[in-house]
Amino acid sequence: MRAFTALIARDLRLSLRIGGEALTLVLFFVMIGVIVPFAIGPDKGQLARLAPGIVWIAAFLSMLLGLDRLFRNDDDDGSLLLFRHAAIPLEAIVAAKTIAHWLLTALPLLVATPVLAILLAMDFESWWRTTFSLLLGTPALVAFGALGAAVTVSLRRGGLIAPVLILPLCVPVLIFGVGAISGGSSGPALLFLAAISLVVSTFAPFAAALALRVAGD
Amino acid sequence: MSPSHALPQRRLKVSGLCCRRGERLLIDQLDFEVAAGEILLLRGPNGAGKTTLLLALAGVVRPEAGSIALTGGEADAGSMSDLHLLGHRAAVKPRLTVAENLRFWADMNGGERALIEPALVAAGLAHAEALEAGHLSAGQTRRLALARLLVAERPVWLLDEPTAALDSDGELLVGRLLDAHLLRGGLVVAATHHDLALRPPVRLRTLTLGVPA
Repeated sequence: MRAFTALIARDLRLSLRIGGEALTLVLFFVMIGVIVPFAIGPDKGQLARLAPGIVWIAAFLSMLLGLDRLFRNDDDDGSLLLFRHAAIPLEAIVAAKTIAHWLLTALPLLVATPVLAILLAMDFESWWRTTFSLLLGTPALVAFGALGAAVTVSLRRGGLIAPVLILPLCVPVLIFGVGAISGGSSGPALLFLAAISLVVSTFAPFAAALALRVAGD
Repeated sequence: MSPSHALPQRRLKVSGLCCRRGERLLIDQLDFEVAAGEILLLRGPNGAGKTTLLLALAGVVRPEAGSIALTGGEADAGSMSDLHLLGHRAAVKPRLTVAENLRFWADMNGGERALIEPALVAAGLAHAEALEAGHLSAGQTRRLALARLLVAERPVWLLDEPTAALDSDGELLVGRLLDAHLLRGGLVVAATHHDLALRPPVRLRTLTLGVPA
């Protein structure tokens, strides 16, 4: 357990010291919110109707953008090799890194959603629903992302392969994520979204650890 | 380094080991044994398979055939958390301080934080404790990597070119660390081109790997 928390603390500390990376994702996220009104036009009603989907797409793309960092640095400096000999199994290490990654990439986006809500003329009700569905859905995105990042870590220039690889897996998350926002019959979609997140974040560490073991071979 | 309490006794037994790297069979039918308190030096030209053998022993490279057994007195013998691997890459984060790097590996490998200070002193890095590791020279980074072996006590050390990038003082340091480790009943497999500054009497064996035809 000490190793688990030490790993999360280290990843958070490193990211805070390097600074820019987490901010880049938030900036990208907000940028989409800035340009969409220019592309669609200033019709507030139309914007508000499209807003939940746009927020989800923005979050989705930002998270794919940050994916490559998950294991790349640790692979480059040899830490990933040594994690095999740590006091906790590789699966737990992947889980710890995934949690840290969620805190560093998804949480800042959740915090930044009010900015997008203003830019896209969302009312309080739909902003709240969007944020809640993001909260439920992003763990699945991060877990799928860990899987993609683990599979591609041994490829030197694998930057964009992981997002392409996991894109089809993430589509259901997007469908139920947006489905959970629309008022009325959103209950089942919300439950399904939560179920996807729970299942994926339970199994992904095992699959990703397996991929990492094979990658070192 | 005080030669305090003894380490758990381990015995490494390799039989019929074959390892393949890409198309080439680098290691063919290798047999050897290393007991507690012994050091095995791996010699051979570049590309002979020294690093591959170390990675196989560390459980990273899957052997094509043969077996690697790490046996010891305890029930959980042979587990991966029995060994330290010192590879080409130092596993040092440039934006963490020297002490933070060591503390992380102490936590990660189930070591003790009380060992961090002595390890820094032993590695000759006590003055650089609060420095970001990115500012260290290549030799100092190597010393930091060596200090990682000291913060979590494990009986088996697998070292790949432990003296690379080190000055003559650093080479003596490696010799001292190895002496202390062997004295406590540790087991070392080291790939090296240089003679290590070990203090006799040392139970040393040499294994020369050739370039396969």
